[in-house]
Amino acid sequence: MRPLFWLTALLGAVVPLLMLWDIIANGLPGLSIEFLSQPPTDTGRSGGILPILFATVWILAICLSVTLPLGLGCAIYLSEYIDSHSSAARWIGLSLDILASTPSIIFGLFGYALFAIYLNFGFSLLSGGLSLACMVLPLFIRTTEHALRACPIHYRQAASALNIRQSGFILRILLPISGTGIAVALILSSGRALAETAVLIFTAGYVSRQPDSVFDSGRTLSVHIYDLSMNVPGGQQNAAASALVLVLLIMLINSTARLLARRYISYDQTPL
Amino acid sequence: MAIDLWLPRILQLCAWLCAAIIIAIMTFLLLESLPLIIESGFWSFFQLQAWQPEENRFPLLAMLIGSLLVASGAMLIATPLGIAAAIFGRYYAPTPLAIAYRGLMELLAGIPSVVFGFWGLTILVPWIAHWSPPGASILAGILVLTLMILPLVVLTCDAALLKVPPQYLHGATALGLSRWGTIRHISLPTAFPAIASGIVLQMGRALGETMAVLMVCGNVIQLPDSWFSPVRTLTANIALEMSYAMDNHRAALFASGLLLLLSATALMLLADHYRQKNCVQY
Amino acid sequence: MITSRLSHSPPTLNLSEVSVYYGQKMAISQVSLTIPSGKISVLVGPSGCGKSSLLASINRMTDLTPNCRVSGKIHIDQQNILHPSTSLMHLRRQVGMVFQQPNPFPLSIEDNIRFPLKEHGQKDPKQVQKITQKVLEDVGLWKEVSQRLKTPALQLSGGQQQRLCIARCLALSPDVLLFDEPCSALDPLATQKIETLIRQLRGRYTILMVTHNLSQARRLADYVAVCWTEESGAGCVVESGDNQRIFEHSVHPITRSFCQGVDGATKDSPI
Repeated sequence: MRPLFWLTALLGAVVPLLMLWDIIANGLPGLSIEFLSQPPTDTGRSGGILPILFATVWILAICLSVTLPLGLGCAIYLSEYIDSHSSAARWIGLSLDILASTPSIIFGLFGYALFAIYLNFGFSLLSGGLSLACMVLPLFIRTTEHALRACPIHYRQAASALNIRQSGFILRILLPISGTGIAVALILSSGRALAETAVLIFTAGYVSRQPDSVFDSGRTLSVHIYDLSMNVPGGQQNAAASALVLVLLIMLINSTARLLARRYISYDQTPL
Repeated sequence: MAIDLWLPRILQLCAWLCAAIIIAIMTFLLLESLPLIIESGFWSFFQLQAWQPEENRFPLLAMLIGSLLVASGAMLIATPLGIAAAIFGRYYAPTPLAIAYRGLMELLAGIPSVVFGFWGLTILVPWIAHWSPPGASILAGILVLTLMILPLVVLTCDAALLKVPPQYLHGATALGLSRWGTIRHISLPTAFPAIASGIVLQMGRALGETMAVLMVCGNVIQLPDSWFSPVRTLTANIALEMSYAMDNHRAALFASGLLLLLSATALMLLADHYRQKNCVQY
Repeated sequence: MITSRLSHSPPTLNLSEVSVYYGQKMAISQVSLTIPSGKISVLVGPSGCGKSSLLASINRMTDLTPNCRVSGKIHIDQQNILHPSTSLMHLRRQVGMVFQQPNPFPLSIEDNIRFPLKEHGQKDPKQVQKITQKVLEDVGLWKEVSQRLKTPALQLSGGQQQRLCIARCLALSPDVLLFDEPCSALDPLATQKIETLIRQLRGRYTILMVTHNLSQARRLADYVAVCWTEESGAGCVVESGDNQRIFEHSVHPITRSFCQGVDGATKDSPI
C-alpha cells in the first residue's frame, strides 16, 4: 500500500505546484515597478495597477474596521458572558455557522440589495467593504473566540479570587494576552477578504480609476484579474501579472498568520 | 461602576447583530424573490425548458444540474485523493516531508478562486480544446474545482486523523500490527465521522463556488450531453446576469440565490450531524 | 529471524550495558541485567529514573520516538534484538506489552482479539474462536463477557479493559510479557485481580514489570532490580537480586533506604 500513498500524495502536490509555476512564469514578465505604480491604460491592457491597489487597501480597511469591533464584541460575549451550552450560544453559533457556509455570491446579492440599493450607497467601496465584512465575520469571530478561550485558566482564577470586575479582567488582562490571537484572526480575515471576487462585482463595481471617496466605485485586484481575463481581449498579460501580485500578497498574509500562532487555527472547525 | 452596566449590553448587541446578519440575508432573498415565486409558482423553477428572461420563463433545473455535476465530479475525485494524501502525511511520510506537505496544502488553500479560474481559462481550457473544442466545459470545471477543493480536503482529513487517540496506535504497534492494517481497521473508522463531516462541508463549498466555474465552464445554459459540453452553474448565472437584470429577471436570480443558500445550509447541518456523532463515545 | 520454539520454557532476557538516550540526554545508563526465564521480575524506583524507557527498549517501542537511541545489547535467549536485522513484527509477537492506561481498540470485545490474530496470519474462524475463549478464560473475563462478545470493548470497566488488553497480548502466544505499571490507573479491587492474574502467568511466560508501588513488588516479584537517578540525571540500576534479598538483606544504601523504608534516601547518599 505504501507506494500507492506516495504516488497519490505526489499527484496531489505536483499538479498544484505546476499551476503555481504557470502563474509565476506567466506573471513575472509583466511585473515591474512601473506596473505597481502606474494606473491602467487601454482598459487595462497596458499600464499598471496603482488605483486598483489603492481601492483594494481601502475596501480591506473598511471591511476590517467593521469586522474588528463587531466581531470582537461578539466573540467576547460568547466567550465571557454566556455559557457555551446555553440556548443563546447555540443560536448565535448556529447562525454564524450558516453564515460561514453561505456561498460568496449570496453576499454579493445581499450587499447589492441592502447597501447598494436600499441604503443607497450605490456601487461603492463602502458597499463592497461592508459586504465583505458580513462574509468574514464568522471566520473572525470563531478564530478570536478560540484565542480568548485559550487564556490560561489560572489568570481567570486569580481574577476571581481577587474579586476583579469582569470588565476590568477583559480589558486589562484578557485582551492583551489574546492580542496575538486577535491579530491572527484579523490577518486571516484579510487574506480571505482579498481572495474574494464574487462579492465585489456588484457592490463595489468595476471602475478602474482612482476612487475619490468611499462612496465612489473601485475595483480590487481580484476583480481586475477577472475583468482582464474575461472581458478584455489581450488583457491576459496584465491579468497574469496581477494574479502573481495577488497570490504573493495572500501567501505573505497567510504565512504571517500561521507563523504567529498555530494553536489558534484548527481545520476541523473552520470551513475556510 | 457604570462600565459594568453598559459593557455587557454593548457586547450583547454586537453578538445579536452578528447573529442577525444571516436572518437579514434570508429576509432580503425572500423579499426580492417572493413576488415571482407567488406569481409563477414554486415548481416553475424546476422545469427543464430554456431560460428566457424576455419570456418571463426562469427554469433553474438545467443550471442546478450543472452545479451538481461540477461539484459532485470534483468531490468524487478530490475525496479519495485527499484522504490518501492525508494518510500519507500522517503515517507514511518522514516528519520534515509531512510538515512541508501540510504547509504546501495550507498555502494552496488560501489561493483565490479567481486565480484558479484564470489558470483554468488560460492553460486548462485551451488544452482540453485540443481534444474537443471549445474546451470550456464541465470537465474543465470539475478539474479546476478539484484543484481548489483538494488542499482543504487534505487538511480536514489530516486534522481528523490527528485526533485518533495515540494509545490505540501504541497498542497496535506493541502488537506488531502492520501499518496499513492499523490505518484501515483503527484509524480510519475512528476518524470517519470527522472526515465525513469535512467532506460534506467541502461539498457545500464546491456548490457555492462562483468565479472559477464561471471562467471555465463555458456558460451555456443547457443540459450537458458529454463531459466536454459547456454548462452554466447557478452561481455563475447570478454573477453574469445580475448587473443587467430587471424586475422578474432579478427576482429569479434572487430565487436561485435562495435555493443555493438553502442547499448550503442543509449540507452544513448534515456535516454538523456527523461531527456530533464523533463526540459521542460509545 | 524466527526464534526456534523447540523448547517449551520461556526465554531468558539478557541486557548488557544498555543505555537509552533521548537526543543528547541519557535516560538510563549502562544497565546490565539478567531476567530469568519464567519468573516475575520487577523494576522498582522513583519516577523519572528511566524504568519505563528501559522496558520500552525490550520490544523496541523506543523506535517510535524520533530522537530515541538505544545502545548496548538485549538478548532474548541467543538473539540480540537491538540488531537492525531483527524483524519487528516477530519481536512484538514474541514480546507482549501491557500499558499503564488500558487501551483496548474501539472495536467489539471479540474483534479486539480477532483483529491482531488476523493481522498475524490466523484467519481460520474456528481457531480464532478457540483462542479467544482460551485467553479470555486465562484472564478471568470469560464468564463476565461470554454473553456480550460483540459489544464495544470501551464499555467495559477499567479493570476489565486491562484484562482484555492482557488477553489480547496472550492471543499471539508470546514468550515474554512486559507490564508498564499495569495497575496504576485501577482501583484496589481491580488491582488485586490483575495481580492474581500475573501470578498465574508465571512459569508460562518470562515477565518483566515496572512499578513504583513497593508493596506490589514485594507481593509479586521473584526478582527485583532497583533503579535510581544518578547525579548526572541519568537512571541506573543500583542493585538487583531476588525478592527476599532485596527487601530484607540488601547491600546498597539506596536500596536499604528505598525498599526498607528507612528514612528517605537523599541525593547525598553515596552511590
